[in-house]
Amino acid sequence: MTNAFPSGLRTRIEAILARYPNRRAALLPVLHLVQRERGFIGPEDEAEAAVLCGLRPVEVREVLTFYTMFRREPAGRHLLRVCTNLSCSIRGSAGILDHLRRAFGLQPGRTTPDGRFTLVEVECLGACDKGPCLLAGDTLHENLTPAALDAILRELE
Amino acid sequence: MAERPLTSTFDPAGPRSLEAYVRGGGYAAARRALAEMTPAAVAGEVKAAELRGRGGAGFPAGVKWSFIPRTDPGPFYLCVNADEGEPGTFKDRHILAHDPHLLLEGIILCAYAVGVHTAYIYIRGEYEEPARRLEKAIAEAAGAGVLGASVLGSGFSLDVIVHRGAGAYICGEETALLESLEGFRGKPRLKPPFPAAVGLFGKPTVINNVETLAHLPAVIRNGASWFLGLGKPKDGGTRLVSVSGSVVRPGVYELPIGTPLRDVVFVHAGGLAPGRTLKAVIPGGMSSAVLGPGEIDVPMDSASLAAAGSMIGSAGVIVIDDAVSMKTVLDRISRFYAHESCGQCTPCRVGTSWIRRIVLRRGAGEGRAGDLDRIVRLAGAMKGRTLCPFGDAAAVPILALVTKFRAELEQ
Ligand SMILES: Cc1cc2nc3c(=O)[nH]c(=O)nc-3n(C[C@H](O)[C@H](O)[C@H](O)COP(=O)(O)O)c2cc1C
Ligand code: SF4
Ligand code: FES
Repeated sequence: MTNAFPSGLRTRIEAILARYPNRRAALLPVLHLVQRERGFIGPEDEAEAAVLCGLRPVEVREVLTFYTMFRREPAGRHLLRVCTNLSCSIRGSAGILDHLRRAFGLQPGRTTPDGRFTLVEVECLGACDKGPCLLAGDTLHENLTPAALDAILRELE
Repeated sequence: MAERPLTSTFDPAGPRSLEAYVRGGGYAAARRALAEMTPAAVAGEVKAAELRGRGGAGFPAGVKWSFIPRTDPGPFYLCVNADEGEPGTFKDRHILAHDPHLLLEGIILCAYAVGVHTAYIYIRGEYEEPARRLEKAIAEAAGAGVLGASVLGSGFSLDVIVHRGAGAYICGEETALLESLEGFRGKPRLKPPFPAAVGLFGKPTVINNVETLAHLPAVIRNGASWFLGLGKPKDGGTRLVSVSGSVVRPGVYELPIGTPLRDVVFVHAGGLAPGRTLKAVIPGGMSSAVLGPGEIDVPMDSASLAAAGSMIGSAGVIVIDDAVSMKTVLDRISRFYAHESCGQCTPCRVGTSWIRRIVLRRGAGEGRAGDLDRIVRLAGAMKGRTLCPFGDAAAVPILALVTKFRAELEQ
């Protein structure tokens, strides 16, 4: 067994494994945990997750690449996920993307050169009544306006 | 004032704690069911209540539970569908935000009726905060003996485990959900066998939506005939309707089943902003067929919306006014389905991506004669010809849009 994961993380992973009748079922929770710890899931993390879940590394890779929330490369310090699905778009998400581009130089799919922000466009976040909306890290911001955006981003170093 | 058994006790300030939930009469239905009713009696009550699934397909919950083969040695599983990926739908988030214990009580009732001792709540990955809140409510419940080795002192054991998805709409489809929970890519399974026979980890499994389960405490508390009386024959109860788009008061409304769609838009959600006129309404989440302004005098229940050529689906009502271009609507819809197809079967993979390409080139001013017919042909070739219902979910709204708003899309 490799020893890439710190022991605290390993303990938490053991607790997750105990919730399922087989090790493979723990794969998504394990990947979430690793990504939270590391910011992304690198090749060594994949290998380690494979060992812990009783899989071959290629099986981990297959799963990892299916789900949009998993990242194989580091993101900026703050991940901004802007919903541009129908209801948010009716309520002005295009203006939000526009403002992010003009005021902060943010482009969907890109990270700012200072590594501060990564912007991605996402599908419906289940907050359509309060669109346009954005997930900054784990925090949902609703009813966005350019002014509200400025205030939110200012807080994120 | 119509009854709102699900939401009338919600606290706008935030989630009710275990203590507040119990103070408001919470867990009394589960306690009574476990102490005084047989599992078959609970299942019978739910069947008589004609509680239809609130996740999209509208299958009666009691009937679904009866498909679990009683001769199977088990274990049986319950998977709670909290994936809520259908654009325009945010009712399950509403329940999780206000009353996680209501869901847990519903889970206990279903688990007892079916004989389940482990329930997994599959919650979409983007719902990080709701997932944390659920974990907290589960810990509270376990600490107080509401969950665990002896639920409410009954000797019946139940563990509830939160399992987070990771960003894939298709994982809301029940068999893709099972694949995902087992640690695979979320690719739908061929049916039959149905999950009731061969489900999670190969075992008989019930899959129900969050809202479906959240209705159970009221069904047991007040009885099947009361529940049925709230709604329509064969379609009992109230429904959480999510309203978004061009309305004055978007939000979640708990309404009797059969409430006219027109009232949902113009009474409950406050109608359109002054000076705007109605162009279209999508009644049941993005996957349902759009209705024109002359088609909204339809009761919101499974049978009536089906008769109107659409479906109640997830009851995610998206309102579109004259300021919104139908080209934008087609653009968003085609992008969504092209992005979310799992790619496993050809008509869906090819159909959604070709439709997307045509929409993109039209958006770029490079449309060709016959493009809309091409879209209709591609969507028609998907309908009824795919491995899972996603193919229809993608084809139906696109066909309806192109048929009903052709003149505007041609421009
Ligand atoms: C593409 C697709 C996406 C779906 N997404 C969801 C979803 O997000 N939540 C949900 O509860 N059901 C969803 N469903 C329906 C489920 O397959 C299933 O019917 C439902 O969870 C059963 O629960 P119910 O009977 O309580 O409604 C989806 C179905 C399809 C075909
Ligand atoms: S219809 Fe689409 S989503 Fe469903 S299995 Fe086929 S490719 Fe996947
Ligand atoms: S469309 Fe943006 S949250 Fe639903």
